[in-house]
Amino acid sequence: MIDTNMFQLVCFYAFAAVTVVAALGVITLRNSVHAVLSLVLTFFSTACIWLLAEAEFLAIALIVVYVGAVMVLFLFVVMMLDIKQEQVREGFIKYLPVGIIVALIMLGEMLALIGVRAMHQAVMGADPAAAAGMSNTAWLGTALYTQFLLPFEVAALILTVGVVAAVVLTLRQRTGVRHQQASQQVRVNARDRVRVVKMAAEVPAAPQPAPGKETTP
Amino acid sequence: MPTFNDILILLPEFYLVAAACLLLLLDAFMKPEQRPLLHWLSIAVLLVGIYLVVVGQPSQTVTAFNGMFIRDGVSEILKVFALLSTVLVFFYAKPYLQDRKLFVGEFYTLTIFAVIGIMLLVSAGNLIMVYLGLELLTLSSYALVALNRDSRLSSEAAIKYFVLGALASGMLLYGMSMVYGATGTLDLARLHMAATQTGMPHLLVFGLIFMIVGIGFKLGAAPFHMWIPDVYQGSPTAVTIFIGSAPKLAAFGMAYRLLASGLGDLSQHWQIMLACLAVLSLAIGNLVAIVQSNLKRLLAYSTISHMGYLLVGLVNAGPEGYASSLFYAISYAITSAAAFGVILALARAGFECEEIDDLKGLNQRSPWAAFLMMLVMFSLAGVPPLFGFFGKLLVFQAAIHAGFLWLAIVGAVFAIIGLYYYLRVVKVMYFDKPVEGTEVYLQKDVSVRLVLSLNVLALLVLGFVWGPLFGWCQSVFIG
Repeated sequence: MIDTNMFQLVCFYAFAAVTVVAALGVITLRNSVHAVLSLVLTFFSTACIWLLAEAEFLAIALIVVYVGAVMVLFLFVVMMLDIKQEQVREGFIKYLPVGIIVALIMLGEMLALIGVRAMHQAVMGADPAAAAGMSNTAWLGTALYTQFLLPFEVAALILTVGVVAAVVLTLRQRTGVRHQQASQQVRVNARDRVRVVKMAAEVPAAPQPAPGKETTP
Repeated sequence: MPTFNDILILLPEFYLVAAACLLLLLDAFMKPEQRPLLHWLSIAVLLVGIYLVVVGQPSQTVTAFNGMFIRDGVSEILKVFALLSTVLVFFYAKPYLQDRKLFVGEFYTLTIFAVIGIMLLVSAGNLIMVYLGLELLTLSSYALVALNRDSRLSSEAAIKYFVLGALASGMLLYGMSMVYGATGTLDLARLHMAATQTGMPHLLVFGLIFMIVGIGFKLGAAPFHMWIPDVYQGSPTAVTIFIGSAPKLAAFGMAYRLLASGLGDLSQHWQIMLACLAVLSLAIGNLVAIVQSNLKRLLAYSTISHMGYLLVGLVNAGPEGYASSLFYAISYAITSAAAFGVILALARAGFECEEIDDLKGLNQRSPWAAFLMMLVMFSLAGVPPLFGFFGKLLVFQAAIHAGFLWLAIVGAVFAIIGLYYYLRVVKVMYFDKPVEGTEVYLQKDVSVRLVLSLNVLALLVLGFVWGPLFGWCQSVFIG
């Protein structure tokens, strides 16, 4: 029989390993499209780890927003740009020390954050969502649709204004542009396009003497 | 949970949102030649909005959506005048837009969305609502400024407005986050209580400073005024008139909600800050306006100085000061609408009437237009017995009662300096010879002429009968 805690631990290590390998792939793969795909995998595995930590909403948002929208956009951009592989790789060794320093600083920050959280468990208090017996997505959703309903709706209104503004600033009505009219194309009958003409079969005329001979007396 | 009663309290806002969406749809299915119908429908929509605001006025302050939205006397009066000045904008803007091929339905829907933003902002009961209302207003304004997208000046103005506006929003949000950190609440009513008990007064004042920077940007008070002249000059005059009128009421509403409702107990801190902003605005606005040759730019600097006067009233930090500031904001919104209204009425296709020299000898060509412009200039300058005079008088009085005699004296000195450039416009119209080979005449459109004349004459009438309006302004701050 599988122990639940054991299974969770195994899952965590598996996801973490995939995350680390994929993250390494992002910075080492030669093909930039592969690097972007690798970043997608990193995000996805991170989302899985967050799910294990019971932060469902963050996980869903990461997948829907970053993987679903931002990374696909990235992929398009990378595919459209004509990047020369050699130029990109030129500075790898040169920038390596700086990269390592940044990475070390980030590591330190994360360790500090984890330490602070562990030490201040009492100050931060227990997770209110867990106390109410809800998942944190349900908790956020409840807050958003009750206490913060009006701001939520106003935010939707702001997005509407964004769409209207985008249309009014970019839509150009050009005259003299030829469009296909799909409805007319579909509705067309064979009768409108092809006219079958009935006529008598052409009878080849009787061979005539050459005109040159006729005119000469 | 929100109830039906909550929706009833927000009825004017809900109605306007629905109407704006319907107008948007209608515009999409409308032929260009039917568009004047949209113009009249938009005006009708706003008038019905005023009716709903006035009819649904509650006898005391009510809140909706867990205190997110406050409907009280202050918000009512601001909403009525914001809607009214937008109606004026729609009247004046039509011929101008038609002449320049800018007569699109989006002008109307975006303006109505901006007005909804104003209404939500002045009714905000929560820092989040203040921010969202403000964003709705400014986002619509950015798009309106860029409406004439083929114009270089217009695009430049829009970019400047957008970048500086985003910066100001960032400052405001940063200040709000500090205030939240110090008090643990976003609700303005609870913030008022928590502000006195906080254990971190320095953090609170730090947040307050950033919030005042945000308010200064939105009011256009010096030293946060850089965007005003370029935006006023660059945007189509039909948009400048909107930006110059109704949003000033919103800026007052925002300052009142944040400073008086939210952080009223910190008034000894923000009084001094506002006094500094006021003096700088009065100085920069009035002195730089003297050298302007562009009429729209001159009015932009005049706006900066007027926001200075508005701040002089707010410095009082009591009901009297708020009432006088509110009165000032209303008088400025109506006068500014009239000022740009005259410019719009004199403009025609291929002629913007933006330069002061364009007005040379206006009296000989169109005596009525010259007379209207003269009244507007006198009102802006604060010449008795016009509307603008009493606004200035009341804010000075409020400042003196709060012990800021020096501020009132500075204000009076700069009012006299300001008189110079307003009178210069009058002199150009009445005593200069018209430029040969040019033509300036008043718009043929009857509705524009009628509304403009009524608007300007209202300045004269309200100059004599300002009592009831000021009484209304006072009554909303009592209790």
